[in-house]
Amino acid sequence: MLSKKITLVKFLFSFLFLIAATTATFAQDAAEGETLFKNNCAACHASTDEVLVGPGLKGISERRPIEWIVKWVHNPQAVIASGDKYANDLYNKFNKAAMTPYPNFSEDQIKGIIAYIDASNAAPAAAPAAGAAPAEGAAAPAAQSSGGMMEVLLLGLLIIMVLVLIALLSIVNTLGKITQDPAAAAETPLMQRISANLKELAANSAVKTGILVLALLLGGKATIDAAYGVGIHQGYAPEQPIKFSHKLHAGQYQINCNYCHTGVYSGKGGNVPSANICMNCHNAIKRESPEIQKIYTALENDEPIQWVRVHNLPDLAYFNHSQHTNVGGLECKNCHGEIEKMEVVEQRSSLTMGWCIDCHRQTDVNAKGNAYYDKLVEIHNKDSKTPLKVQNIGGLECSKCHY
Amino acid sequence: MENSNKRYWKGIEELTNEPSFVKNVHNEFGNMPSENDSKGDALVDGSGTHRRDFLKMLGFGVAAVSLAACEAPVKKTIPYLNKPEDVEPTIANWYASTYTDGGDYASILVKTREGRPIKIEGNKLSSVSKGTLSGRAHASVLSLYDNEKLKGPQAAGKATDWASLDKEFTAKLAAVAAKGGQIRIISNTILSPTTKKVIAEFAAKYPTTQHISYDANPAYGLTQAHGGILPSIDFSKAKTIVSLGADFLGSWIAPTEFAAQWALTRRVSSEKGGKKEMSRHYQFETILSNTGANADYRATYKPSQEGLVAVALYNAVAKLTGAASAAGGSVKIDHLDKAAKDLVASKGASIVVAGSNDPEVQKIVAATNALVGAYGTTLNTAIPMNYRQGNDMAMANFIKEAGAGKISAVIVYNANPVYNHPMGAALAAALPKVELSLATNDRADETASLCQFIAPDSHYLESWNDAEPKAGFYSLTQPAISTIFKTRQAQSSFLTWAGLASDYQAYLERNWESTILKGGKVAWNSALHNGVFEPNAGSISAASPSVDVASAASAISKSYTASSTGLEIAVYEKVGLGTGSQANNPWLQEFPEPVSKACWDNYASISQPTATKLNLKQGDLVKVGAKGYEVTLPVLVQPGQAKDTVAIAIGYGRTKAGKSADGVGVNAYPFISEINGACVGICTQGVSVAPTGETKEIAQTQTHNTVMAREAVVQETVLADFVKNAKAGSFTPRVKTSEGEKDATDLTLWNGHEYNNHAWGMVIDLNTCTGCSACVISCSAENNVPVVGRQEVINRREMHWMRIDRYYSSDAEVEDLKGLEVASDNPEVIFQPMLCQHCNNAPCETVCPVLATTHSTEGLNQMTYNRCIGTRYCANNCPYKVRRFNWFRYFQTDDFDFHFNNDLGRMVINPDVTVRSRGVMEKCSMCVQRIQEGKLTAKKEKRRPVDGEIQVACAQSCPTNAITFGDMNDPASEISKLLLVEKEGRAFHVIEEINVKPNISYLKKVRNKDAKKA
Repeated sequence: MLSKKITLVKFLFSFLFLIAATTATFAQDAAEGETLFKNNCAACHASTDEVLVGPGLKGISERRPIEWIVKWVHNPQAVIASGDKYANDLYNKFNKAAMTPYPNFSEDQIKGIIAYIDASNAAPAAAPAAGAAPAEGAAAPAAQSSGGMMEVLLLGLLIIMVLVLIALLSIVNTLGKITQDPAAAAETPLMQRISANLKELAANSAVKTGILVLALLLGGKATIDAAYGVGIHQGYAPEQPIKFSHKLHAGQYQINCNYCHTGVYSGKGGNVPSANICMNCHNAIKRESPEIQKIYTALENDEPIQWVRVHNLPDLAYFNHSQHTNVGGLECKNCHGEIEKMEVVEQRSSLTMGWCIDCHRQTDVNAKGNAYYDKLVEIHNKDSKTPLKVQNIGGLECSKCHY
Repeated sequence: MENSNKRYWKGIEELTNEPSFVKNVHNEFGNMPSENDSKGDALVDGSGTHRRDFLKMLGFGVAAVSLAACEAPVKKTIPYLNKPEDVEPTIANWYASTYTDGGDYASILVKTREGRPIKIEGNKLSSVSKGTLSGRAHASVLSLYDNEKLKGPQAAGKATDWASLDKEFTAKLAAVAAKGGQIRIISNTILSPTTKKVIAEFAAKYPTTQHISYDANPAYGLTQAHGGILPSIDFSKAKTIVSLGADFLGSWIAPTEFAAQWALTRRVSSEKGGKKEMSRHYQFETILSNTGANADYRATYKPSQEGLVAVALYNAVAKLTGAASAAGGSVKIDHLDKAAKDLVASKGASIVVAGSNDPEVQKIVAATNALVGAYGTTLNTAIPMNYRQGNDMAMANFIKEAGAGKISAVIVYNANPVYNHPMGAALAAALPKVELSLATNDRADETASLCQFIAPDSHYLESWNDAEPKAGFYSLTQPAISTIFKTRQAQSSFLTWAGLASDYQAYLERNWESTILKGGKVAWNSALHNGVFEPNAGSISAASPSVDVASAASAISKSYTASSTGLEIAVYEKVGLGTGSQANNPWLQEFPEPVSKACWDNYASISQPTATKLNLKQGDLVKVGAKGYEVTLPVLVQPGQAKDTVAIAIGYGRTKAGKSADGVGVNAYPFISEINGACVGICTQGVSVAPTGETKEIAQTQTHNTVMAREAVVQETVLADFVKNAKAGSFTPRVKTSEGEKDATDLTLWNGHEYNNHAWGMVIDLNTCTGCSACVISCSAENNVPVVGRQEVINRREMHWMRIDRYYSSDAEVEDLKGLEVASDNPEVIFQPMLCQHCNNAPCETVCPVLATTHSTEGLNQMTYNRCIGTRYCANNCPYKVRRFNWFRYFQTDDFDFHFNNDLGRMVINPDVTVRSRGVMEKCSMCVQRIQEGKLTAKKEKRRPVDGEIQVACAQSCPTNAITFGDMNDPASEISKLLLVEKEGRAFHVIEEINVKPNISYLKKVRNKDAKKA
């Protein structure tokens, strides 16, 4: 009797545990699924019922059994070849555009993706957008403010000066009319009088010196400013051979940067995408567009597309994307600005050494959860109350970037 | 003994205080114009520029700069059209492969960036090469980008295409075969079993084909003494090593493999109860070889005595073991009896090796080895080595037959016998008369240019292949880049001509499946990934070859004499350039030879007494003649060489190899003599040396810097003392202060540095460093070190970040003239790798006016090129003289027409390291790019770096693991443990008395000698 009870309790416990475990894994799966979906699927599929390259995936878990989805994801062509009716209908419906196979996805990962799709449809789209919004707001004014304000100020000053000049001239004119003998005034025309005055003015040594000094000062300032600007191409937005719009791809369609710029989280370079990445989508979408035709031409002629490089660091500076994106956890827009709003990409940051150093002085090390920094944080916290900055661990040293 | 103050000298110049040495010794940068060299003149002094020119240049410069500043050039960024799945720009890919060149072998890892190989490292999975690489293997990546290779196939000296070459050649071949004409395939040793099979397929199609292989520096004698095989050699099991002229640490058969084994027996520990045993190494030789420089006891003999020395050693051993002695061997050599005594005492752990290619000498040595129980322990006939399978007899026979017009068709498969065979001249005369000739050589070299067709083979980094360096030990070569030029693998060519499918990759895979792996695609992929497949568990055989000692001794007594008085020539192979197959590789040309420290030349090396006798001095041009062949060479006075001998290196004197090689040195192959049917690198009869009255300076690197009268730059002791006291032979500098005498290291002006994160450091064990200098090439490849050329080396402006200092030593004082002469006769040699010491109290950092050199929080002495304005104060103030100044722009300049001057050669540049421009200082960065990369990998994986994960280029490429690099802040790291043990033992800092606190420590050398009788 007793033993029976224990078994029952055991059973109940294990049941509870099972439920708890499932829900926990479920939440985790959905989170992992979201990443997987955005990195791999989102280019062609929407999580809603909107049709992009392929069908919208809303309700996929109800439409098809999970075994079928797994098979399909692993090897769509095999499912089509097996004569599966649904698969063949789908294939024909989408003009025989084949889906990229993902043989490396485990069944759990696929389930995770489906969990994400279901979850995102259950709680309408609000969640993902919320996270991104504040960061956007913070970066934008900082990047734009200096340039815009200066122009407005200068323009204002110019208008005021012109107004003052007109006022002064009219005063001089009126005064002249009052004081001068009208006959003399009539004898010597206005222009002559002005030129006489000017000659007198030019003969004045104090004025001469003043003008010279002013010219030297202005010239000097201009030279120094220009010299500081040598090699800085902030705002550089060259025309590209193909009018690719980041605003459309990164902004409207929210394609993850990493989808095209492979390697930004793993390597040194930002990697301009190769044409075959474009073809992942554009073998089906907007094939007729003259800009996309350029990609086709390039592929047919076997001539690579010569993009114009926007961000040019000198060879003597070593910069590694993954250190900043992956380890430092920085957003792309920290340095590149709001790419998702740019029709034509421009260089937003100055990319000078001062700019790098400033950031290294101010930025906290993204040490949380990274065992590499544990000891450093511990040592730093012993005699400091401020968080560990990049500069505290050698972020200002020469051979971090120059070797 | 504790405060040793032994006298070391870098060269004869220093020992004798020659005027040229004294003049240069305090002229650090040596910017005197060279009087002989007009080009050198222009390069050197810059005094051709007058004030007006200067102003013009200045004006032009200002205008150019302001124009350039107006508009930045538009830079393109060009991605792949179709990115290969496994290539990610900026991330390196590594492929396991195999380096083979003639009989040289190494299992390697190839680092590729964006699809181009840029660095080669050893593959530690191979139990044969064990991750060791020679300098030549490191440099082979540059040979891939040699612009002077053929761009495609040639017929009759004109470019053709593969289809027409195949058509024309097979038609002619068929015609030759139809009338039964003899066909010969000439090659060096082929390590690849599949290639041999391909050649067999070819021979099956054309039955009159015979394959003849020979080697430029053969081991035919050794194979003949062992019934046609080369027993595998294991020095690691030896307690007594006796070498008769075998430079097994430098150039003999498989030197890096042997060096690794040798080092295992030489490593000692200062720890209480630690290893205090060492092998004892005797070297008897003519030249002062790299191996001789590392020996404990060394004596010299003349080439004409070589065979007799072998017999004398046999007799001495026989006497001790009670075996019958052989006739002859009446030659008196120092230490020989002692060597025999040690050999017998350590029976079962002894080995005798001989460099001679004379089969009779090798037979006597084999018999000696049998007496001391070497077979089954240090020598193993059950696992033969395949490195040198060349057959001297067959090759000589072929050349005779070709001369007699008996051969109808010759296919030269990647060999250059016209250049590197002693009978090359005869072959050169015969080859044009052969009906059909073809070479697969990569360039129109001495041999290929005489052939009707050239079907250039691809570089090994562009090819599929395999190798079997030892029986049952296989390894694979896979391409790391697609073919650069329109070349085709020779195997594919042979298959095509044999009328089979030309896909060698498929053929190779099939052959492996059917004969080696027998495990399907999985096994193939795993073998390809690992690079090696080693099914042979390692059987050992104690069987020794049966040797007729009496007949061998009598043959020897005919060819050798105990007391010849005339001059003799010894032909030897250099550690760097080797046999000259890669002579057009500027890295190898600028490689300073471990002992002579000379580069860009070969020379007539003679001993000091001989120089005195012939009234010659260093740099005198002499005509050396023998056997009707004469060459003109500069004299190099080499301490430690046998009297009345002239040593000349092979590998030089190429005429059709390319810009870097042509006209550098002279060809020494014709001096090789045929003795007992083999090519032996000696010439004992009718040697003449006549001065021409002219001089030619030899580009040597060693005496470029001075030790500035520092007391102990290098430290050593003998084993007998070391066992008693680990501090024996150490030098602890003491300084007198107002508070009495103190250790120099206790006084400092500086506060020191605090290292919270890492503290990178290095320990270099002088006991296991053989001076082979593989690290020098590895460093150059990793760090884009430019090649400066012969004249600039003479001007003392070589750019190597790492140099291997070679010191001679003797106990005699400079004033003791008599003692001096003895010293030069047979000095002791010590090698000390010297690179930036990354001092904690760095003298360079304090004098830089622009803070271009600073200290990092990880202990590195950082050099910032873009900040440097070239005052050279730092180099002046560097006590170790490791800073190198860029006197010129070494890239894209016709004055330095090496690999940096063409687009193809620049493909080898490491994209993670800046190419330095003119006017800046540079030096060892401790491979900071690798440190940064390793740290980043760890950070990405959210962990600390694991010890050994980050390796600097020199430490990684050291065949003997003499260099230990690591984080001294990590108590678990190898370097921390080593320093903990050696702190009170062998560890020392160079020039400790100036207390710059380097992050590089050295471990004192211990020679296995008896204690000196005081």
